[in-house]
Order: sequence, then structure tokens, then C-alpha cells
Amino acid sequence: MPEYTLNVNNKDYKIDVDPQMPLLWAIRDFVGLKGTKFGCGIAQCGACTVHLDGTPIRSCSFPASAAAGKKITTIEGISENIDHAVQKAWIEMQVPQCGYCQSGQIMSAVALLKNKPHPTDADIDAAMQGNLCRCGTYQRIRSAIHRAAELV
Amino acid sequence: MEQVISKIDRRKFLKFTGITGAGFIIGLSLKGKAGAVSVAKAGDVASYGLTPFVMIEKNGTITIFNPKPEMGQGTFQSIPSLIAEELEVPLTGVIIQQTGGEKRFGPGQSAGGSSSVRGSYFELRKVGASAKEMLVQAAANQWKVPVEECYAEDAKVYHKPSGKSIGYGDLAEAAAKLEVPKNPKLKDPKDFKLLGKNTPRPDIPLKSSGRAVFGIDVEVPGMVYASVAHSPVFGAKLVSYDDSAAKKVKGVIGVEKCQRIFGPYTYDCIAVIGENYWAAIQGRKALTIKWDNQGNDKFNSKDYTQYLHDLSKQDGAIDKEVGDFDKAYSDAPVKLDAFYETPVVSHSPIEPMNCVASWTDGNKLEIWASTQVPGGIMNEFTKKYNIPEENLTLHTMFSGGAFGRRLYTDFVGEAVQLSKAIGKPVKVLWTREDDTEQGPFRPMTFSALKAGLSADGKTLAFQHKVISPTIRYSKNYDKTKTDGTMTEGISEQKYEFPNMKNLYVNADFHIPVAAWRAVTSTTLAFAHESFIDEMAVKANKDPMEFRLGLLTKDSDTKTVLQKLKEVSNWDKPLPAGWGRGVAQYEFFAGLAGYVIEVSKKGNGVNIEKAYAVIDLGTVVNPDMVKAQVEGAAVMALTAAIKSGITFENGQTVQKNFNTNQLVRINEMPKVEVHILANGGPKIKGVGEPGLPPFAPALCNAIYAATGKRIRKLPFDIHNV
Repeated sequence: MPEYTLNVNNKDYKIDVDPQMPLLWAIRDFVGLKGTKFGCGIAQCGACTVHLDGTPIRSCSFPASAAAGKKITTIEGISENIDHAVQKAWIEMQVPQCGYCQSGQIMSAVALLKNKPHPTDADIDAAMQGNLCRCGTYQRIRSAIHRAAELV
Repeated sequence: MEQVISKIDRRKFLKFTGITGAGFIIGLSLKGKAGAVSVAKAGDVASYGLTPFVMIEKNGTITIFNPKPEMGQGTFQSIPSLIAEELEVPLTGVIIQQTGGEKRFGPGQSAGGSSSVRGSYFELRKVGASAKEMLVQAAANQWKVPVEECYAEDAKVYHKPSGKSIGYGDLAEAAAKLEVPKNPKLKDPKDFKLLGKNTPRPDIPLKSSGRAVFGIDVEVPGMVYASVAHSPVFGAKLVSYDDSAAKKVKGVIGVEKCQRIFGPYTYDCIAVIGENYWAAIQGRKALTIKWDNQGNDKFNSKDYTQYLHDLSKQDGAIDKEVGDFDKAYSDAPVKLDAFYETPVVSHSPIEPMNCVASWTDGNKLEIWASTQVPGGIMNEFTKKYNIPEENLTLHTMFSGGAFGRRLYTDFVGEAVQLSKAIGKPVKVLWTREDDTEQGPFRPMTFSALKAGLSADGKTLAFQHKVISPTIRYSKNYDKTKTDGTMTEGISEQKYEFPNMKNLYVNADFHIPVAAWRAVTSTTLAFAHESFIDEMAVKANKDPMEFRLGLLTKDSDTKTVLQKLKEVSNWDKPLPAGWGRGVAQYEFFAGLAGYVIEVSKKGNGVNIEKAYAVIDLGTVVNPDMVKAQVEGAAVMALTAAIKSGITFENGQTVQKNFNTNQLVRINEMPKVEVHILANGGPKIKGVGEPGLPPFAPALCNAIYAATGKRIRKLPFDIHNV
């Protein structure tokens, strides 16, 4: 089986896995970063959202081999000290409840703010509706994204 | 597993949780009088039979043990803060460790029924207060000054006249030797620093950075992964299976039979074990399994719905009777009746069911689980495998949502069996399809309602008959009697009906069903409070005034409605095409109500705003309460307007989130939460009460806006 090099959070990891293995499992079980979550396996819930060359993707439905040679950013890679503007806003607004979907929510929000530094509610709806939250933190996610836009 | 607040280095933490000797542990003895506190040196605790919740080390490190699992409802802050408030320590810097079902932490190691804060409010404050009094006494002794001259603040004891101070760490050893105060003095609520305040939750930074460790994230040395194939048809029996292809998949290391045990059901399953999860999944896909469906593949929702309709013609068992309903109804000049239906729904926490189990030496078991019931796991698995408590170590992980699903241990049992069978640590991880397909589910309830009114709109007679399967799996279940779990709340509403007869008809159901957030109130409130609205319309009265007219005596329900009326500006006219609806529901977990405003949009409606009032008596963290109600509104909306779970050919039609849809951010209505916390004698729950009244308030608003009465959930909000 061929070996791949995955660049995750600016660090190279050599992994030897089934090329069809979803990037999610490569990140969690081989790279060993557990912040990216499994929720559905069919790109419906967004818990597995990571950035590939800055663009959010659902890593549960993206073959690990196709990510080779690209820059993968996970929740662990957006800040050292939990001080990204989005994280600061998340903490200020006390967004998470169970917290399980929040890595994915934050990765989607970070990408949104990169493209639209001052998103409208409609922008937020469009960018964030791929991320399910069963606890129902949506109202706070919306407020926190607006707050993060001020903090950036 | 220990969950550590952000500033604490994990390795350091692990080192000092292994502490012996130094430091002391204060606990609440549940064997003796409530609130009696004893002290023991760490390491000796078990022999004293205590339940220690506080540990202070010589270096000043404070650990608070939290018996209430954190699943998003905020117990990682609210419960430790009860102790910290009285102990006079800030929550930042304190280590919070979840308990693992150990007997010394008492019988209350579970989270459910919105009971965590209301059940611990005084007991755990007493634990903190006792520890503080001992520390203050120890300081007074050391300084040789009267104890009255000393006070505690910010993990230190101060001597008022001299201004000198000493840290808790330096007092711990001496304090541990003192007698434990039997009746520690609790703080006056006006002096609270944490309780009643919007204190930030210590788990939020962890949950905003991918650092919170959930059950699914656990990895232990030598661990292998299992994906378990269950029959999609409920009640099928395993005939045979062919695993030759599965075993050829790279990374697959074995195939094992196991059982999923849920309530009265035992289902055969086939587990594929892999070196990694993906291999286990690929192996499972390569299995060929022959099931004998036992005729259960003919089961479908359409026929079952008809069965419930047929059952509704039965008289049923009396749940509660007031006056003479039959006569009053028969004599009433104005009569109305209606039939309401609700769906089966899934819990669907985003973290799928999972568990790591590890047997060593044949008789020692270690379990890591996202669970609501650490105490239950300890009981169940020590009994089942006949091992002493000290041989079972349970790590209670953060739960990625639970909503009642993690009150059950079927998935834990699978991991425990598989580890025993193969002699390695095993992580069982269900797929989303497993989670959606296998249940357990919230069952549907159907409701037949009747009311008799006088010519001037007074209520003379009221009846709510519930037809449903039961979530109570008891060998002694008596179908001829009412089932309070399935009639939850219908006979406890405060409306003053002179004649009332509520009834229950039990239905058979072979599919696993379970408690769901707010249990049966989530369906019954829809029928009950929608029908009250129908009565108001029939009586030609304003729905708010009609309800208040049924509440002549003072009650919390009346207060909630009055507050709703005020905060929603009920009497202020709405724009054309808008409508507002009200509903409340009181049940075992608590009491809340909504006023919801909708506007017509195409053939459907748009939810403009939801005003919620939750009645608590006493509040520990107002911001967290608001978050819980906001979330409850979303969960209630999903249950009202999304498909829920239906059955065809003996199995669920919905398999994943593409068909079992949940409300998304673009569908989130604005929710404004108001808290009633006037220090009432009864402390009410937070997590669940925000759910039941949402759907009826919404449907009553839709009636007001469109004239269309919704009597069946789910409904299409875009096409009412």
C-alpha cells in the first residue's frame, strides 16, 4: 500500500493507509488529532469540517490520499492558546453546550470570516447550515460570528 | 477520564490524582444523616465508606469531584460551583473530576430528569461549607485566635484583626484532623459569588478548541476497534453468517458474535474487529449475514397508526378523575373533541454511541464511556460479571449530547463483551446509521380529547385520553392500570376543571423505546395545550385570558402565564398576517411556557420570535439556563417539523441525517428567555422544561395567523 504525506497544521505526517480511507479517520486515528469529530460519515452534519488549502471540507467524505500535497488545517491548528478571534467570541458568548459539533462549527466560521469579514445573517445561514448542532446553539453561533467579526 | 480546566497541565494532574497520604478528602456521608460530613486521609477513603467530593493538596491544589455527567447541560460548572461557593474558592484553577460510579460518591451519580442542580443544591453546598469551617478552625488553632475572628476567602483563611492570611494548602493536613461540623452554616444567598451569577463554564475553552475529551476520543495502548452489525429489522434472529470476505480485508483481525441488550430485548450481533476503525467498517461491509425476521419485516408505521386509532376506542384505565366527567360532558350545551398524533423521534446526539472496554487479569475491567449513568454502569457490570467494585474503573467522559439516549448501556455491554472475548481493549463505535436505525426512540403518543363548555364559555368537563406504547420495561407491568410515565403531566396541570377524567390505553410495541429529553411531556403538551386553545376558540375568548380564567388560585403556572403576557406584549396588536400563540406545561422536571409569533409566508409560516419563561425558584447560572431553553426550543422545533422516525418492512425508513433531518441554523427562530427565580420553596429543573410547550405555542400561533389547526406532528411549516 502506498505511503502518503499529509501536511496537517504545518507538520508532515507519513501514513500508510487505504487510499480510500476518509481523511477524518487518517487525522483522528493515524495523525492522532482528536479535535475533528465523526458525526454522520456522509457529509451531512459538518462535525468533521477541516480546511484543505483554506477551504472547508467534510473530512468524513474526502479520501485521505486526495489530501496529500495540500495544507490541512484542523481545529488544533487555528491557534496555540485558544485565542483565535472566533474562539474568543465562542468563549465570550458561551456558545458550546455538549461541544461535540463545535470544532466543525468553528472551522466553518473561520472560513466564512476569511471570505466575508463582516457577514450578514444571510451569509451566516449560507455558510453555517452544513453544520448541525443537536443541542441547538445556533442563536449563540450567530451572535458569536458577529462578535468575532468585530474582534478580527 | 479526568477533564481538566484549561490552565492545568494534564500530566501534572495525572500525577497528583494518584496522591496518597498528604492532603485530605471531605465527603458527604449518605449512610448517615443527610449532610453529615466526615474527613479521611486520601487513600483511606474507601474504608470509611464516605463520599468525598473535595480534595485539597499541600501545594494548594483543589480538586472537586463531580457526580453529574456533563452532556451539554452545564453540570461541569453548576455542580462544582455548589461546593466552591461554600468552600470560598473560585472555580478557575480548581480541578473538576467526574466520578466513575464509585460507591463513596453515593447513589446520585447520574444525570437525567433535569435533576442535577435541584437534587444537589443543599447537599453539595453543605459539603463545601463543612470543609470551609474546618479550614477556618485549623487556621484559628494555628494562630491561637478565636475562630470568630477568622474568615475564608479565595482559598485562604484571613485573620480579621491582624490581616494575616494562610492558604488552604497549608491548612489541609491540620484541618483533616478536626471533627467535622454536623450542621455547617450555609451562606446567605446575598453573599453568593458564583451561584445565581453568569459564571463562565470551565469546559467552554476546551470545547472551543477540540481539547475536550469525549468517549469517542479515548485511546488506550493495544486498543482495537469494533464495528457491530445489528439486524435492521427489529426482533430478527441470527441464522448464520459468512465472514470469509470480511477477514480478508486488510487490518481486520477478527469477527466475534456479541449481544446488544436493551431493556427486555437481547439482539444477536456480529462485530468486526480491526486494527483501525476504517478497517473494521470495511470488514463489516463485507459480512454476509442471514437473519430470520420472525415476521417482523411486515411491521410498518401506517398499520401501527391504524392500530393506535383502533385502541383509542377503548375506555382505558383512569389516570385521574375529578367530579363526574361523564354526566357533565353529556349535559354540556357546547361540546368539542379532537384527536392528536405525534411521531416517533430519535435522540441523535452528534457523538454516536461508543465505548472503550478493557479486561485485564480476567477479573479487572476498565470502561471509558460517554454516559449519563456512571452509577448505573458500576452496578450493572459488577453484578453481571460478579466482580467487586474496586475491580471496575469507569471513566466518565464528556458526552457529545445525550438527551436520554445515554441513560442506557446497550453499547457499553457490547464493548465489555468484546474485550472479554478477545482479551484486548476494544473501542466499539456505532455508525450514524446504527444510531438512527437501532433506536431506542421516543415513542409516539396519540391523544383523544373532549371538553364540555357552558353557553358562556365556562369549562364544565375535560378529558385527555392517551394511547401509546410504554417506555417502562417492567416484568410487573399491568396493562389494565394507568402508566404515569406515559400520561406525564396531563393530570397535574393547574387548570381548575370541575369535572375531569383522564385515561390511558396501553399499546403493544416491539421496538425499543426510551426516555427522551422531557420524556412524554414533549408529545402530551402538544395535544393538551393545543386543545386548551381549541376550547378558548370555541368559547370565543382570548387564549391567554381563557387560560388565566381557569387559574383563579395563585400558582406558578399562573405566574408564568402572566409573565409571558407581559414580556411578549400580548395585548399589543400584531402586523397583518401575523399570529401569536401561547402554551405552558408543568411536569415532574419543571415548568416553562412560550408565546410564539409567526407570520404568513407563502403557504406556510415564518417563526418571527419565541418568548420563553422558565420558572425555577432558584437559579444557579442564568446564562446557562437561557442556553438550555434556547436549545430546547430547537430540539422541540425539530420534533415538530422534521420527519422523525417512520417504519417500513420492519425497519426505520430514516438511516442518517440526510433523511432523519434536524433543524439547521437557517431555521433557528429568535428565542428570548426570561427566568423566574423568586426563591420559591421548590427548585425546578432546567434542561427539559423548555421543550414541551414549544410545539403547542407554535401551532396555536399558526392557528391565530392562518385559521389552520394542526393536530398532527410533524407538519410542514412551509405548507400548513
